[in-house]
Amino acid sequence: MKTDPAGVLTGAHYLDGDYACGEGAMAAGCRFVAGYPITPSTEVVERIARRFPMMGGTFIQMEDELASMAAVVGASWTGTKSMTVTSGPGFSLMMENIGLAAMMETPCVVVNVQRGGPSTGLPTMVGQADMMQARWGSHGDYEPIALCPQSPQEAFDLTIDAFNLSEKYRVPVMFMMDECVGHMTEKVVIPEADTIEVVPRRLTSAKPGSYLPYATNGGDVPEFARAGDGHRFHTTGLTHDERGYPDMSADCQETCVRRLLDKVKGHVDDIVRFDEEDTDGADVVLVTYGITARVARMGMDLARKRGVKVGVIRLIVVWPFPEKRIRELARQIKAFVVPEINYGQMVLEVERCAAGNAAAVPVSHGGGGVHDPQVICDAIVRAAK
Amino acid sequence: MSTVLETTEQLADKHPIAPYLRMDRMPHIWCPTCGIGTVVRCYAKALEESGVDLDKAAIVSGIGCTGRVAGYMKLDAFHTTHGRAIPFATGLKLGRPELLVTVFSGDGDLSGIGGNHLIHTARRNMDMLVVLVNNFIYGMTGGQNAPTTPLTAKSSTMPFGNFERPFNLPHLAASCGATYVARWTSLHIRRMTKSFKEAIQRKGFRFVEVIAPCSTLYARLNKLGTGFDLMRFYHDNAEIRHGADTREVDIGYQDKIVCGKFVDEERPTFLEAMNEHYTKILGDRYVPMSPEGGWIHE
Repeated sequence: MKTDPAGVLTGAHYLDGDYACGEGAMAAGCRFVAGYPITPSTEVVERIARRFPMMGGTFIQMEDELASMAAVVGASWTGTKSMTVTSGPGFSLMMENIGLAAMMETPCVVVNVQRGGPSTGLPTMVGQADMMQARWGSHGDYEPIALCPQSPQEAFDLTIDAFNLSEKYRVPVMFMMDECVGHMTEKVVIPEADTIEVVPRRLTSAKPGSYLPYATNGGDVPEFARAGDGHRFHTTGLTHDERGYPDMSADCQETCVRRLLDKVKGHVDDIVRFDEEDTDGADVVLVTYGITARVARMGMDLARKRGVKVGVIRLIVVWPFPEKRIRELARQIKAFVVPEINYGQMVLEVERCAAGNAAAVPVSHGGGGVHDPQVICDAIVRAAK
Repeated sequence: MSTVLETTEQLADKHPIAPYLRMDRMPHIWCPTCGIGTVVRCYAKALEESGVDLDKAAIVSGIGCTGRVAGYMKLDAFHTTHGRAIPFATGLKLGRPELLVTVFSGDGDLSGIGGNHLIHTARRNMDMLVVLVNNFIYGMTGGQNAPTTPLTAKSSTMPFGNFERPFNLPHLAASCGATYVARWTSLHIRRMTKSFKEAIQRKGFRFVEVIAPCSTLYARLNKLGTGFDLMRFYHDNAEIRHGADTREVDIGYQDKIVCGKFVDEERPTFLEAMNEHYTKILGDRYVPMSPEGGWIHE
């Protein structure tokens, strides 16, 4: 369906990635945001706080990130599309209720504008070291979806996709920006509202009294009931049956948690998204994402000048990981080169999928800056030998 | 001779608050002589007598013995994470402002791990009723010390007696800005019900503390006798002082329990303040969220 025009600032703008992400959320129909100030993400909510009162949206600055994430899960249960925004330290605090969102199957978007870590780390400077936290940060087994924009334009476009994926699969979606993309100002084109497709909350048609919150009727994703629509349903963070009632048994755990995983795993082809260029006949393939994808492109050009056949996979959806394509490519190339602003995170996933058929070479940068393209070039040249 | 009800079907048939409960989840998990069930009964009675639209009433609990209340109430019910019932409820209220939102949880959940949310939500005068059942101890995890355990009382993590000063919860809530503050014990069935009814009809952050017996842990660790002995203690030691200065209502070990309605005043709620402020500043440009929620499609 088409989005609510009230949230769409149609036109060509000069925006930083944080503002563009905020605009993307409003264009996607998000009307509730709870957040706590944290550099370098705060501009997202500042943008929203200024514009929400004119479109029927409510922003609240909560007392901490635990509360922000809890409020987002609560608000989403009213059917109002909801989001929170943070950076590393706040992302750590949100993990508790990200798990609740996963367990209760609550659509919502969590934006993390990554900075250098661990702990307080480099508050104003870039990092990409929360990629594994986005996947595994909350305890227990669940399958989150995570996206990674490389530009302010993508911060806008992919935020809409993040909301749509969260609605379709009823999962928390991690929107993994980085400080560079967040604070980089570029042209952002916001289209007409009637060209923006949004996925509506899939509301149940069951009559009050007959609704089962977690019955899927053979599908993967249960229908949703909003609080206040008369269904008087129950939901819990405990392992639960179709009625949403706690059931402390290994059998129920298997049914309940298995489906949380399968509803994403069973649709990876629908969810996984990446750009692929020049991989045909390549000896080396770069696997890259976020701001590093743009820096790596320069390293790739330098390596080509030195005669290396190099292609690139740029991850747009990082979780679930494009496992199938990496496995295929691994049989055709010598090596993957994986530059990232951390000491080796997504490279572990590349290495796992390459399964020994191709090397997986990390090119690490600890954060506080981006790679020197020459370093990436040298890694490509070495890997091609 | 009293009738013994043996099956849930019989209960569903005969119990006056059965329509407010999920009878398919009975029997509940609470111990014999636990006070929580009594508080639930009073709350259900208050809902009934208030005539509120139950389809628009939501209940949120955290974790713990009282945290199970949401699971038994036949309302839109959310059993959330430890300490986070209040911020979750904030989201529910702001996401759909027409809802009547109640948080029902324990002393450890709301004033221990969730203490920061309690004070800030009171400060904002967020529109919700908070029922805090205080049994002076962490019940579900096995009798550990709580922020409410009276001085010198024993708990499993203060085996030689508690030396940490406990919270005076009515004073905490009142000083942070709660507009309705009351305290009762689970013995005060009629007065507690009346308080709930009043609180349901008020706006803003309403806080009702109910002192309830935990005979399995608190009473056993402190050799206070049976559930009946605890109720007898409440009977003999509760002192009703409406309008009491909340600075003077802290609870000592086996000391008097000051009960009553301490605060009942009007102040703009978060939503009222926000709407009024934006209307003043932005005029016609301000579009408040619809009472049914933000841009709900279908």
